Amino acid sequence: MGKLMVWVGVAVAVTVRFVFAAMGAQERLGRRVEIVTPVTSLKRLAEGQWFKQLGLSPYAGSAYHGSPLLLALLGPMTTVGTGGQTSSRFHSSLIVFVIADLLGALLLLKMGNLVESANVYYLGKLLPDSKKSKPSVKTQVNDIRGHGKLGLGEVAALLYLVNPFTVAVCVGGTTSPVENVLVLLALYGALKGNSPLAAFGWAMSTHLSMYPAVLLIPISILMVAGPDKPQRKLFDHVNKIKTSNPKLKEKKMVGTTSTVQLQWARYRDFLLFSALWWIAILGLSAAALGGYEHLKEMLIETYGFILHVEDLSPNLGLFWYFFTEVFTHFRDFFIMVFHANILFVLVPLTIRLHHRPLFLAYVMVAITTMLKSYPSIGDAAISLGLLGLCTPELADFRFSFFVLNGYLVVAILSPSMYNLWIWRGTGNANFYFAMSLVYACVQSILIVESVGTVIRYDRNLDRLSKLPVQVDSGAQPKED
Amino acid sequence: MANNSFLTSGLRSRQVGASRAFVWGWFLCIVPFLISGCHSVADKGREEAFSEDLLIRPLSDGKVLNHFYFKNYLHTLGSAAHNHVFPKAISQLVRKFHISELELSFTQGRWNYERWGALDPVGSSNAKPSGVELWAEFDVPSDQVDPTWRNLTHALSGLFCASINFLESPAVVAAPSLVFGSRINKGASKEGHTANVRKSGVVRYGALPREAVCTENLTPWLKLLPCRDKAGIATLLDRPSVYKGYYHSLRVHVGRSQPGGAVILEQTLTLVLQPAQLRERGSKELPNWSLTSLFARKLEGRCPLAKSSHVLLELERPLVLSVERLAASKSEPAELSDEKSQQGRRNDKGRQVDVADNPAFHMSPYPDRVFVESQGSGDISQASSLMLDYDLQNHSSARPLNLAMLWKERVYWSSLRGPFRVSRFLIGSGNEKGSLAIELKRNFDLPVQDEVVAANDVEVTIFQVVAWYVRLYLHTLTARVDGNQVPLQNIITQMLVTPAEDRLSPAVLEVKLKLPRNVSIMSLTMDFDKGFLHIDEHPPDANRGFDLPSAYLNFPTSQTRRRYVDLPSSLEQEYPLLQKLNEAGSVHVYTDNLLVPLATPDFSMPYNVITFTCTVLALYFGSLLNTLRRRIGEEERLAKRASGGKLKESISRFMEGKSATQKKLIKVSGVILIAGIAVAFNYALEYYQVL
Repeated sequence: MGKLMVWVGVAVAVTVRFVFAAMGAQERLGRRVEIVTPVTSLKRLAEGQWFKQLGLSPYAGSAYHGSPLLLALLGPMTTVGTGGQTSSRFHSSLIVFVIADLLGALLLLKMGNLVESANVYYLGKLLPDSKKSKPSVKTQVNDIRGHGKLGLGEVAALLYLVNPFTVAVCVGGTTSPVENVLVLLALYGALKGNSPLAAFGWAMSTHLSMYPAVLLIPISILMVAGPDKPQRKLFDHVNKIKTSNPKLKEKKMVGTTSTVQLQWARYRDFLLFSALWWIAILGLSAAALGGYEHLKEMLIETYGFILHVEDLSPNLGLFWYFFTEVFTHFRDFFIMVFHANILFVLVPLTIRLHHRPLFLAYVMVAITTMLKSYPSIGDAAISLGLLGLCTPELADFRFSFFVLNGYLVVAILSPSMYNLWIWRGTGNANFYFAMSLVYACVQSILIVESVGTVIRYDRNLDRLSKLPVQVDSGAQPKED
Repeated sequence: MANNSFLTSGLRSRQVGASRAFVWGWFLCIVPFLISGCHSVADKGREEAFSEDLLIRPLSDGKVLNHFYFKNYLHTLGSAAHNHVFPKAISQLVRKFHISELELSFTQGRWNYERWGALDPVGSSNAKPSGVELWAEFDVPSDQVDPTWRNLTHALSGLFCASINFLESPAVVAAPSLVFGSRINKGASKEGHTANVRKSGVVRYGALPREAVCTENLTPWLKLLPCRDKAGIATLLDRPSVYKGYYHSLRVHVGRSQPGGAVILEQTLTLVLQPAQLRERGSKELPNWSLTSLFARKLEGRCPLAKSSHVLLELERPLVLSVERLAASKSEPAELSDEKSQQGRRNDKGRQVDVADNPAFHMSPYPDRVFVESQGSGDISQASSLMLDYDLQNHSSARPLNLAMLWKERVYWSSLRGPFRVSRFLIGSGNEKGSLAIELKRNFDLPVQDEVVAANDVEVTIFQVVAWYVRLYLHTLTARVDGNQVPLQNIITQMLVTPAEDRLSPAVLEVKLKLPRNVSIMSLTMDFDKGFLHIDEHPPDANRGFDLPSAYLNFPTSQTRRRYVDLPSSLEQEYPLLQKLNEAGSVHVYTDNLLVPLATPDFSMPYNVITFTCTVLALYFGSLLNTLRRRIGEEERLAKRASGGKLKESISRFMEGKSATQKKLIKVSGVILIAGIAVAFNYALEYYQVL
């Protein structure tokens, strides 16, 4: 059943992509500012490729702001035919993006399966056996265990593949699918304990779009402590009960000294491989650009362009209109403040959610999606894909109706507001700015509420795990 | 006291003696210099030359073209800062900024290439883009070019009362290498597509399409003339007449005969005026004109400092042809030969038409001399253009020259058009994106002398500067010939591209095309995205849009040279304008300026945007932190028990057993300590800032 659903989903997703592309959606979607940003634009990439062919730096002309490696991969596909004419309808790079999306879905599927088995294992350890419990406790325990027809991985993969945002980004011709799949690769590698893979994904995605650098924290936790699990003190509590009752004594819990040592060794490997990959990336970039002296230019044109917000064209983020309007002498200060907003919450998040690294990774991706200097719905696509991995914990999410409608409202109204401002001239910039504010609000509600839900979930788990196995009537602890 | 006074008087007498000796010595020293100075002044008189000319040409649409040409020649640019007629401001400029060539033009209006001609030296080199255009070539090392250009723009800005200093910003300045200046092609002889990243070469080009041109620019321009507008041809420049014209272009061209050689200053004013009779639309009046009707002045003699002073009336080749045809149809050739005057008549294969009085028009007074254009091919079936010469030496305030042309019949002819009609336009609507197109349409009525040219390929050089906020996608450059897309390498022989850098430099596109001879329409298009600017980067009237400077096209294969057969070489010095027309030149065409509207932000609400955005950020940050640190019920109790930590404990232990006043004292001293640290930190910061 689940497998069939997945295959149907994959078939639908691929068909939809190719049908849209054949209908010429690339021309239409490829200029929507919600989909294409100056950093991910394929048209700018083609311009960079053109300059490269002329023997200039691809960064000449302030057009291309991406990685030289990505240019080497996608550049030749953008120049079809002579004279740099791109074929109008069907971009050969679409194949790359479809493959990237499918690979991303596959990684999500695998990650989902790993997370699910870990969940089953830990919850089995922690929760009272539902057969022996009272009916009220039984339903609660069953609720928290979840009982879907689809596995977690299948849900996440399908959510990612058929998400309209993912489809639009893939068909529209942006480099976001490649960036997204690298982020997923890093998380998958970390979850699987595969240090070289995790290091590759992390280094490469950071090289491409800078923001995945913050994923170092969840990846490190994943490498060292394994996938999401309830807080350690709960196990301590359960262990205490179990050790006090010799009948219930079982084999050792996870996290014994030998496994911990193994995990630290993996983490060391991860750091080593990251360094190696970075060296390789920089070396290859230098080779692609024609010399190590060009690396500084590359950093300025990619990271510098992202950090300094030079392009003020509208997008769904908070930066563009703010820095269009803000007084020049405050510009540097506000740039620092805006970027620091991502960094400030990292430490509190890590302290509170350190036992759930995958969820931590999701929250960080969601925060960067919201506070990026050039965000697109491609970033929302990956954060929603990762959200799919946390569905059991987020079953209790409160504002799902509001958030879903918020996304719908933005998806419908932001193109119309843009049309009113740019094409008809009947609206002004504030119309579109209002949409980016709404989008930011929706995202911040999603982030805050999902963090709150996970904390509540943990609290609930705590409460349930401390329930006596045989319960007297009315012994349920009060919940505030 | 007395001793003192004696001493001082002695000193004084000695001083007087010394000063007397000094005066004599000085005089003796200065005499040879004075003599040599007189000598050099006499030399200067010989090596400076000024001439004034006015070329008038009736245009096919009834308007009259007036081209004022003032030439100033300075043989050596010595260090001695004294010139007789050559303007000191210009010679200082040339010396200070090491200028090898400079051209500055102030233009209002649009040159109508279709009706006023492009295939003639006057039209092709004096049709300038609207606004201010400046280009200069420097004789300095290439790293010095940009600072020199900056200083030059400021100097010119002061000299001509215009905002030329806006050309100082590198975001509007281009460094052409295929057009302008004498060293064209030297650095870029390599064929194929090449691109520059940085501005190189010694030529700089900038244009201000929005600059308004008015009398405040004309007055400093007139100041450079030795007679200003007090005598000579410049007296015609009555301000209301000049500024009511359809087109006027004020031009200053400074050149050197060779590097480090003589400085030649050419000042031209090209005016297209409408004769008074034609001003009412649809009137059947003939386009009669006279100097008084055009300028409300008469010419009362020449500028005494001018070596030569001529008014030339040009009758274009097609006009001459039409007049001849008219004359032939009106009357028998035999009658024509019986015209009263033999002078000023052109004899061409038996057909004779009096240039001053013929069935088409009547000129008064009679010209002093008539020059006939020589046809290079020797083809005599075609008429040649005529140049009627009026020497101002023969006129004075007692006998002023009031040149008048009275038409007897409306004659229709078409001006000499260039090989192509050029237009540049924007494709697309909205403020997001668009395409820039340059279209060349063949003019098929090429005159005979160009048929040879027409048999071969046509070469075109296109020079185009595009500001950075019009983000060109150069890879989308597409060429279409007669509606079919052709590969670029088929028609482009050379392409030089300087890509734009945001807020730093404009995109410069120089393309050399070779078009097959049977091309009728060729177009080049490229896509662009419109940039979004910071509110401070928008001009005061932001919704009007931004002006893109004209594109410049050069057709090297279409020559505009005019040679006059009756001009003996001994007289060449006498007619600098004819000499100028005789110089080799090709057709130059400027396209119109383009107005690109850009999307504007709301200029009135920076504060609102700042507060809204910061509110959303605060909302996110605050609620996230709140969610992260909130504890409930039992957790709260546990946390309270665990919290406090060692610091709190040690503080409470420290505070134990102290009296109330002691506690207060400790708190106050703590506050003072913190305030002191803050003040010290502030001072340290300021100190470092001063450093």
